[in-house]
Amino acid sequence: MKATLMENKNFRPLELKKKLRLGETMIQTLLFLAGFLSIFITLAIVYELGKEAWLFFGDPDVTFAKFFGTTEWSPGIGKFGIWPLVTSTLTTSFIAICVSLPLGLAAALFLSEYASPKARSTLKPILEILAGIPTVVYGYFALLFMTPLLQRIFGEGVQVYNMASAGIVMGIMILPLISSMSEDALSAVPRALREGAYAMGATKFETSIQVVLPAALSGIGAALIIGISRAVGETMIVAVAAGAGPNFTFNPFQAAETMTGHIARISGGDLSYNTIDYTSLFAIALMLFLVTLVLNLISQGIINRFRQRYE
Amino acid sequence: MNPNHDHFPEGESFRQSLGRRYRTASIWQGLFFSAFLIAILSLGALLYNIIDGAFGYVAFDYKNDPSEFTSKPLDDLNKQELLDILKTNLSSGAYKKLDNEKTMEKRSRSVLYTLVLERLIQIDTKETWSMTDSILRSAEIKVEAAEKYPEAKLEFRSWLTPVFLTTPMSSKAEFAGVRTAILGSLWMVGIAILFAMPIGTGAAIYLHEYANKNFINRVIQTNINNLAGVPSIVYGMLGLAIFVRTFEPFTSGSMFGVTDTNGRTILSAGLTMGTLVLPLIIINAQEAIKAVPDSLRQAAFGVGATRWQTIWHHVLPNALPGILTGSILAVSRAIGETAPLIVVGASTFISIDPDGPFSKFTALPIQIYQWTTRAQSEFHAIAASAIIVLLALLLSLNATAVLLRNRVQRKY
Amino acid sequence: MKNNQTPEIAIETKNLFIFYGSFAAVSEVNLKIEKQKVTAIIGPSGCGKSTLLRAFNRMNDFVPSSYVTGEVLLSGQNLYGSNIDPVEVRRRIGMVFQKPNPFPKSIYENIAWGARINGFKGNMDELVEQSLRGAALWEEVKDQLQKSAYELSGGQQQRLCIARTIAIQPDIILMDEPASALDPISTLRIEELMQELKKNYTIIIVTHNMQQAARVSDYTAMMMLEKDGSRSGTVIEFSETKKIFTNPKDKRTEDYVTGRFG
Repeated sequence: MKATLMENKNFRPLELKKKLRLGETMIQTLLFLAGFLSIFITLAIVYELGKEAWLFFGDPDVTFAKFFGTTEWSPGIGKFGIWPLVTSTLTTSFIAICVSLPLGLAAALFLSEYASPKARSTLKPILEILAGIPTVVYGYFALLFMTPLLQRIFGEGVQVYNMASAGIVMGIMILPLISSMSEDALSAVPRALREGAYAMGATKFETSIQVVLPAALSGIGAALIIGISRAVGETMIVAVAAGAGPNFTFNPFQAAETMTGHIARISGGDLSYNTIDYTSLFAIALMLFLVTLVLNLISQGIINRFRQRYE
Repeated sequence: MNPNHDHFPEGESFRQSLGRRYRTASIWQGLFFSAFLIAILSLGALLYNIIDGAFGYVAFDYKNDPSEFTSKPLDDLNKQELLDILKTNLSSGAYKKLDNEKTMEKRSRSVLYTLVLERLIQIDTKETWSMTDSILRSAEIKVEAAEKYPEAKLEFRSWLTPVFLTTPMSSKAEFAGVRTAILGSLWMVGIAILFAMPIGTGAAIYLHEYANKNFINRVIQTNINNLAGVPSIVYGMLGLAIFVRTFEPFTSGSMFGVTDTNGRTILSAGLTMGTLVLPLIIINAQEAIKAVPDSLRQAAFGVGATRWQTIWHHVLPNALPGILTGSILAVSRAIGETAPLIVVGASTFISIDPDGPFSKFTALPIQIYQWTTRAQSEFHAIAASAIIVLLALLLSLNATAVLLRNRVQRKY
Repeated sequence: MKNNQTPEIAIETKNLFIFYGSFAAVSEVNLKIEKQKVTAIIGPSGCGKSTLLRAFNRMNDFVPSSYVTGEVLLSGQNLYGSNIDPVEVRRRIGMVFQKPNPFPKSIYENIAWGARINGFKGNMDELVEQSLRGAALWEEVKDQLQKSAYELSGGQQQRLCIARTIAIQPDIILMDEPASALDPISTLRIEELMQELKKNYTIIIVTHNMQQAARVSDYTAMMMLEKDGSRSGTVIEFSETKKIFTNPKDKRTEDYVTGRFG
């Protein structure tokens, strides 16, 4: 009697075979789809922009020679020279980088090398505020503060809408991004390297500039590239302050419309589908997408290599 | 012993060169600090510039003198008297239209007072001055205004008032408000977050809890990081092509029997914005899930839980504050985004509250953009006021996020 | 072997305590390090060997809460005196670290950099060659001076770090377990190099490897946590290496060097 009870107790069916858990599988599939949606979004961007851009370039009036060979852009009346939009995008982005790179890098050096941890924790959020302000607000600032300021300094030559004002303010907008990415790169430099420099009789400054900074250079390069990509894609500041109308010029005090500003202005109006105006915007957007994609990929590649090196 | 030994500065000369090195260092350190200072000054200038624009002297004129409508001073009139003035002086069609929007008797005295000013007396703003000018050059402005506009009244006014928050759009800056814009923004952000948060969290769970390191998952991860860097206007173009145009029957509501709109609705804008913040939400949610200690998962697996049970009962509850923080940050990004809304087709002039996902809409940043680009300075003043509203909204969102984050940090 | 002259002292500590905040990591150290000899600091891990070594060229300054009491005397001057510049101290007392830490620059620049910032006015090429020869690296790298230092092997990198240290002509070289990250062959080369270097330099080396201490050093300082349970390390015995390993005075030293320490 007792023995059988023991036997019974010990006899529990042991089933370790894989069971089909339908719920689990379904959930996993759903989650995978959620993850895969991001790929789908990218494909949709490429497909939709590509489709309309294809229509644009397929138009018999739009030739390669006109697109890259002429300097007037007004698709509605058959002018297809992309250069005025490109030059103003380059000019504003260049000005923005000229402002944000030196300032951002210097601010990063100050924060990572000189500020005490306590000072850093109070000062960094201030830069983060700058990063959190919507760009349309920067547009207001560019048009109603920076432009009058420039006019006061440089006189009448500065037009009401001008690339310099938009570029400078865009630089201020990008500054926190460059500064925080550079700071990350600087503080990722191993302590051993600093100690090596100190042990050779280097001052703090010599260590920071001649050892830590070069070691962080690739990370700072990645920040620069992201900054360029941000400047090229920024819309509202240039839409408000840089000017409303393509203008083939590099003169920063003149009004000129950038690629993004052009898209914003034309699509803000009454835009009907299946017109050359409509498809041309997609062609510009496709160019923007490809340029920023390449820049972002390069930057990410650099950051990944940088991480591997110091891990 | 070593011929080169003599080439190093020793003693006093070394000390001198060290002094030089220190001086160079302190100059550069000063420069670094000034760069940081410039950033902070820019922030200060920006905020000051906005506040400066939202308050100040206004010189304005009445197109029609108040005495044409009443013998009493305008300010002393009570609600009924104001109502009577409106009734007698407005055309019956115009009165009916107002009455249809909202019964006139139910409107408050201040609303009626504004209506009298707007419709009958008709204020005509001559010039506005910034706050700084108004304070520092008060006397001069008074003289100047009296000379230039002998008829006009000069008044120090705050453009940001409770009325500004609660009145809808108007074509006159003096009577315009941000009510419809705020409601539009809230609807749009609500849809965006309802769309992006579940999907974003799901994607983050997949990537952190399920995905092995194979090719497709690496591609997904890289792709998410890249999507986060795509210019927002490109998302606008995507929204225009897909949500506004291709899905028009759905986004316009014609599928559900709604007529009289096209695809340029709050729903399209919300979905576009949801797509834009999706990568942001995924990245933040991944961080939050990563922060849940592995020991928790092992403990759950150890008592025989399945993977999903582990995630649902242990990982998600612990990651939730972090996911919420990330979502709030995404909301504050979405609330300030302007470019995609322009492309998707926000209307610029909407005076009726949005009443559902298929309404036409405007949004706060769209109003700011519109008003900033107007030539008249009174529009710049209300743009500044709208910016203050927007920044206050963002500030409270971010404060919530910071509070949440601090609570999480205390936990681990 | 025995020298009747009074030995020349390179550096000396007097009643040295090293604190991290209120915690004394190292207490009451009195050492006289002889010139042009190798002095080893040994002891179990966590007893403050590295902390003591770093006190010799004020590398502990970078630990925010750290401070010292007592004196470290280099030719009569207290390194922690109020008018002493730590940068000048480190220019006199170089250091080689546990893991090789060459700068992300070329081999040439790794050596030239320290000399340049310290105001070197002579022929740089000559200095680089001399330093690399001094570190027994010249033959291996003379044709690739412009290559990145990161392309060298671990052992080569560590010799490069020694080369850049001797390039600035310090009086004393501190070595913090310089071979612990290296393979046995590279370790051997570093040890040989130390015998060569002590002809010109005073060397203080921290090691946890008993055999290494016995092989390379002339003097040995044995460190141990204090018995009172304060977790503070101190030097319990300091004498000629031979004596430490054959005839230690302290029972704890004997236990440790014979492997009975537990």
